[in-house]
Amino acid sequence: MTEDATIVEPGEERESFEELVKHTHSANELDTSAPPVLTVENLRMYFPIKTSLMRRTVGHVQAVDGVSFVVPKGGALGLVGESGCGKSTTGQLITRLYKPTGGSMTFEGHDLASISNREMKPLRRDVQMIFQDPYSSLNPRHTVGSIVGAPLRVHDVVPKNKTLSRVQELLEVVGLNPEHYNRYPNEFSGGQRQRIGIARALALQPKLMVADEPVSALDVSIQAQVINLLQDLQREFDIAFLFIAHDLAVVRHFCPEVAVMYLGKIVEIGDRESIYANAHHPYTQALLSAVPDVKQAATGGRRERIRLTGDVPSPIDPPSGCRFRTRCPIAQEICARHEPPLLQIGKRHKVACHFPGRLGEHPREPLTARLLGVDASGQPDPGASPATDLVEQPGYADTWFDLDGKTIGRA
Amino acid sequence: MSTAPTSGDPYLVVDDLTVRFPTADGLVQAVTGLSYQVELGKTLGIVGESGSGKSVSSMAVLGLHDRRSAQISGSIKVAGTEVVGLSEGRMRELRGNAVAMIFQDALASLHPFYKIGAQLAEAYRTHHPKATKKEARSRALEMLERVGIPQPDKRIDQYPHQFSGGMRQRAMIAMGLINDPSLLIADEPTTALDVTVQAQILDLLQDLQQEFNSAIIIITHDLGVVAEMADDVLVMYAGRAVEYGSAKEVLTRPEMPYTWGLLSSVPDVAADTNARMIPIPGAPPSLLDPPSGCPFHPRCAHREKVPGDLCRTELPELLPAVHGEGHLKRCHLADPEAVFAAEVLPEIAPEMVEEKR
Ligand SMILES: Nc1ncnc2c1ncn2[C@@H]1O[C@H](COP(=O)(O)OP(=O)(O)OP(=O)(O)O)[C@@H](O)[C@H]1O
Ligand SMILES: Nc1ncnc2c1ncn2[C@@H]1O[C@H](COP(=O)(O)OP(=O)(O)OP(=O)(O)O)[C@@H](O)[C@H]1O
Ligand code: SF4
Ligand SMILES: [Mg+2]
Ligand SMILES: [Mg+2]
Repeated sequence: MTEDATIVEPGEERESFEELVKHTHSANELDTSAPPVLTVENLRMYFPIKTSLMRRTVGHVQAVDGVSFVVPKGGALGLVGESGCGKSTTGQLITRLYKPTGGSMTFEGHDLASISNREMKPLRRDVQMIFQDPYSSLNPRHTVGSIVGAPLRVHDVVPKNKTLSRVQELLEVVGLNPEHYNRYPNEFSGGQRQRIGIARALALQPKLMVADEPVSALDVSIQAQVINLLQDLQREFDIAFLFIAHDLAVVRHFCPEVAVMYLGKIVEIGDRESIYANAHHPYTQALLSAVPDVKQAATGGRRERIRLTGDVPSPIDPPSGCRFRTRCPIAQEICARHEPPLLQIGKRHKVACHFPGRLGEHPREPLTARLLGVDASGQPDPGASPATDLVEQPGYADTWFDLDGKTIGRA
Repeated sequence: MSTAPTSGDPYLVVDDLTVRFPTADGLVQAVTGLSYQVELGKTLGIVGESGSGKSVSSMAVLGLHDRRSAQISGSIKVAGTEVVGLSEGRMRELRGNAVAMIFQDALASLHPFYKIGAQLAEAYRTHHPKATKKEARSRALEMLERVGIPQPDKRIDQYPHQFSGGMRQRAMIAMGLINDPSLLIADEPTTALDVTVQAQILDLLQDLQQEFNSAIIIITHDLGVVAEMADDVLVMYAGRAVEYGSAKEVLTRPEMPYTWGLLSSVPDVAADTNARMIPIPGAPPSLLDPPSGCPFHPRCAHREKVPGDLCRTELPELLPAVHGEGHLKRCHLADPEAVFAAEVLPEIAPEMVEEKR
């Protein structure tokens, strides 16, 4: 609503275009030498489904089913995929809103998956969350000062008489007027409210931020303000991000590395180049081809794209074998019989598909059959010797299957 | 008065439309002096940020504003018939028949207590009073099938809450199209949907347009959707048209700083990674007390290039752009093409500048 009494911030006085550009960033770059800050291995979250009367468990929602990844120190990993694929649940597990069903999450030598809530408390300072909805994630009855100051008080990090000045500092960092600490959230616009949420998350100087759709509720013209702010903060305070979003273009800008999820699993993960310019999973290819492209205006009409039919299946009763097979344009028999392992096919690129390949160049024969000890249709093959080391590992190995050369690649 | 970006016989002609709402706080100037037109078989995209008057102007075309609370002036002609001031009875005949709308919020516009099939059949019978119940039901089934609802014979007897978001949106489209309207207004038909589902729905709209030669207005904040779907684009700011023309002209040679702002604040999936996301500073204007002069001037980063205090004092007229036939823009800048090429393009699409060299 434009009728909001929106406050104009000092930083928002009209600048020349040149000055405006100076305050923006180009896409974040990958630092391959950064050590991991978070290592997630085989993470699972099954929500029980209970009958309403007897509270008996009658099944499970397999919201997250064995995901592994690494978030490098000061870096950003993007998590993309369709609604319901388990992105938020993954983020909520890392901030320990839930205790996972299985797997590990190693952060600074602690396994966040197994430690008790009491042991978790000091670590909460280091792992913070930014929420999607700037309207409902801030308590309307609290002043901005008390919202941003709450984590400082809970964790007792600054003396009581210093809280206000720290709050004002934080407001300034996120580009809000520090004098406005005694105003209420409804006096701010959507973009400003998102900044309040960011200031709150920053209060404890976290090492890792889980940002769950931080801009998707904002008007497009405001999204860029928030993204640039997050880039500023990331650089200044060396914060690592797990960046959850369904907007593939925003993720590409913010994240040098991206994981694509489908129905609780990672189907493809890699650096920006591998995912956006060299995707090998048919789902990633379908997602990318579905994004409408402004550049298309030059020629008019729609882009050629892969049509996915049908709806996303339920995580309560996911399809056998490859979970994507019910919508996959290249699925064959083996896909219903076996789950494809997440194979490393490049220096920083892994894909979980029996027929991985560039668009239009997917192999006819399953690449995974020998590794799984089966024939091309997925039936047991007594002659084959299955590989034993197909367990999904976070991070990347020094050797991989080079699909082009049909050899083992080496770093 | 504006000139049409294309020649021919427009099915919808909106001329100098103004919509105001008296409220306790004052008069909300939601839409001011808006003119545009759409031909059969063509698609117009309307873009602009939240509160810019996109929905209010489109709802006026369907006569959906409460006569007691909305002040409407100007003219809206649908196939030659003046809609402004038309009796509610005549309007109802037009609505859902010649003109239909797919609303922003699908769940809110489907009735939660009635089965999907029954709601579709009802929409059909309203405009086909001679149709039997059986005919209406089979028409409903046919429409569900057309919009790609899986197992339509089972789904027809389900309630809206039993549908997924994408399916509800498709059911809404089925409802909008059941009487083969000549003009379809789709208000953010794909916002909040996954890209894959969005693509399915856009395909569907295009297929249906080809088949029935209908005119489509698509309201969206996604310039990519506009680029791929629309023949013409109307950019709105603070209730006014600020740029208007063919999608190609407006999106590849924009001449108004607000349009530049929209283009530069979203990244492109295929952009150069050196490209920046450049925000539009400040916040949207109040429509109770719109800014003087150019409504965009408080947020405009280029106004110092205009001599004097013109941007603050004088409302720029919607005039022919430097480039492109029928391309209109509302801005005082004397040489917008040069500013765009020299300042904006290198930051938002460095690779395009390389190509041009
Ligand atoms: N507390 C819960 N209890 C039961 N099921 C849940 C719970 N939270 C999430 N789920 C289910 O887990 C699955 C994954 O949900 P999640 O919210 O992680 O998806 P998402 O990828 O974030 O989707 P979106 O893009 O719509 O936000 C969904 O099927 C969801 O319904
Ligand atoms: N019935 C009403 N009474 C008073 N003001 C109204 C009424 N309907 C709309 N408005 C105001 O008119 C302005 C334009 O609203 P409109 O719904 O057309 O915006 P929009 O461009 O569709 O935005 P969005 O992208 O958020 O849908 C807004 O400021 C809105 O608050
Ligand atoms: S008229 Fe002036 S303020 Fe308005 S867009 Fe053009 S340059 Fe900017
Ligand atoms: Mg989510
Ligand atoms: Mg609207």
